[in-house]
Amino acid sequence: MGMTMTQKILASHAGLPEVKAGQLISAKLDLVLGNDITTPVALNEFNKAGFDSVFDKDRIAIVLDHFVPNKDIKAAEQSKQCREFACAHCVSHFYDVGKMGIEHALLPEQGVVTAGDCIIGADSHTCTYGAVGAFSTGVGSTDMAAGMATGTAWFKVPAAIKFELKNSLPKTCSGKDVILTIIGMIGVDGALYKSMEFSGDGVKSLSMDDRLCICNMAIEAGAKNGIFPVDDITRAYLNGRTERRPIEFSADPDAEYEKVIEIDLSKIVPTVSCPHLPENTKPASELSDIKIDQVVIGSCTNGRMEDMEAAYSVLNGKKVADGVRCIIIPATMAIYKECIEKGYITAFIDAGAVVSTPTCGPCLGGYMGILAEGERCIATTNRNFVGRMGHVKSEVYLASPLTAASSALTGYITAPKED
Amino acid sequence: MNTKGKVFKYPDNVDTDVIIPARYLNTSNAEELSKHCMEDIDTEFVKNVNKGDVMVAGWNFGCGSSREHAPLVIKTCGTGCVIAKSFARIFYRNAINIGLPILECEQAADEIKAGDEVSVDFDTGVITDMTTNKTYQAQPFPEFIQNIISAGGLLKSLKK
Repeated sequence: MGMTMTQKILASHAGLPEVKAGQLISAKLDLVLGNDITTPVALNEFNKAGFDSVFDKDRIAIVLDHFVPNKDIKAAEQSKQCREFACAHCVSHFYDVGKMGIEHALLPEQGVVTAGDCIIGADSHTCTYGAVGAFSTGVGSTDMAAGMATGTAWFKVPAAIKFELKNSLPKTCSGKDVILTIIGMIGVDGALYKSMEFSGDGVKSLSMDDRLCICNMAIEAGAKNGIFPVDDITRAYLNGRTERRPIEFSADPDAEYEKVIEIDLSKIVPTVSCPHLPENTKPASELSDIKIDQVVIGSCTNGRMEDMEAAYSVLNGKKVADGVRCIIIPATMAIYKECIEKGYITAFIDAGAVVSTPTCGPCLGGYMGILAEGERCIATTNRNFVGRMGHVKSEVYLASPLTAASSALTGYITAPKED
Repeated sequence: MNTKGKVFKYPDNVDTDVIIPARYLNTSNAEELSKHCMEDIDTEFVKNVNKGDVMVAGWNFGCGSSREHAPLVIKTCGTGCVIAKSFARIFYRNAINIGLPILECEQAADEIKAGDEVSVDFDTGVITDMTTNKTYQAQPFPEFIQNIISAGGLLKSLKK
């Protein structure tokens, strides 16, 4: 029996000719990642266990992104602990304020991750890098500590669900609508412990930003990883960007899938996840009576250049509705700078929005956009759990940048216009 | 190894944001964090939990963020074990890695009620509801994972 793309990457990193779903393996890691929330816990464990060196200073990435520029003294202490460790161990991929961005937008952009990699990160959205053809999965801080010390991690080889994509998306939709539709279809544990492997003719119609967004939310279906095949779009993206040579893996023709689900991209509609689970999806057009207080456009899911372009296309020359706070957060400094150069930030400010430097802040209810009791937000982020963005009686609706920006103009959930 | 205590019952899809809200994650101090365990869905939990008590929940317990603070606060509160129909995969890994006992058992999760007194034997996977005198058999862990647990967590198992 053949192997899936994920299984092939895992076999190669475990030094085995083949692996099977359910098998427990130890695999070599190409990169171990942590952020300012999860790294301190990993460092406590690393030190407590008595490790005194990292396996490879070039294969560790520490990104300060959740609470920076630091929101308070405690957050500053956590950043300081990360900074001191990175300095003491000469960690090459350490990203502090000024260089930082939201980790899952930053590492692909900077070429730190590439096709064929085996990556763990102490952040659940580490599954994002499947978009470039890597096996990449979220873990906890202890796994991060062990990975930093040994350069290996244990995995149970996942079974897979194949998503056969066909045709192409309508102009009003993006990768976000695809992944929200899928989560609505299979549920928040619909891919529990499994790989979500995307394939089919429709893949070529999806940009790299769409693919990064789709893989980013694989975890919201419970998946171990999401992964796209490597094609010309991937190669063009990686070319001249990545520091390591990309290695292309592809699924065997006789690979075994637990399920094959066909997705006709041309039938996707602007989709919104209603409180308090990402699987509670509805077409945006059915939610036009939902009044909103806040809009957030950004995050590791939708803070990339195409997302900013989408927001600009809606907001340019228009005004955010009275009574709505619209917060726009480009995910990296490079994206932030490009938004300045293209005049997007001026347009956002003229529309009545506020623009911040990169941070995860509002997505997880950290800072920069906390909701009061009874308030509603439409956000391009990834989770709408109880209390996720603030008060336990606040509500988060998840949507694409086009839908979120369109809603900012009306003050109600609003599907993007066709033209 | 075993635990004995009263049951706190929770639904499907308990996420790590309600186990420990991110607004408190500006510290990694487990004692301090544990004061807020479950507060967004159960403000009484921290006041009422005693050492050895057991959480019983539905499908996909611990979904969402990878924060290891989640199993850590459950453990630090004194919880002796979490029984669920299934666990989200990162929570599952984290619980094993930090030494919080977890067991998957659909029938036990369906039938055991809040406030019941239960005992759990981790070596055999036998769960006993002493209030109803019923026993349940949970799935045992694979040997590879049992070795991590018996070493006292992942890092200790690596150092062996």
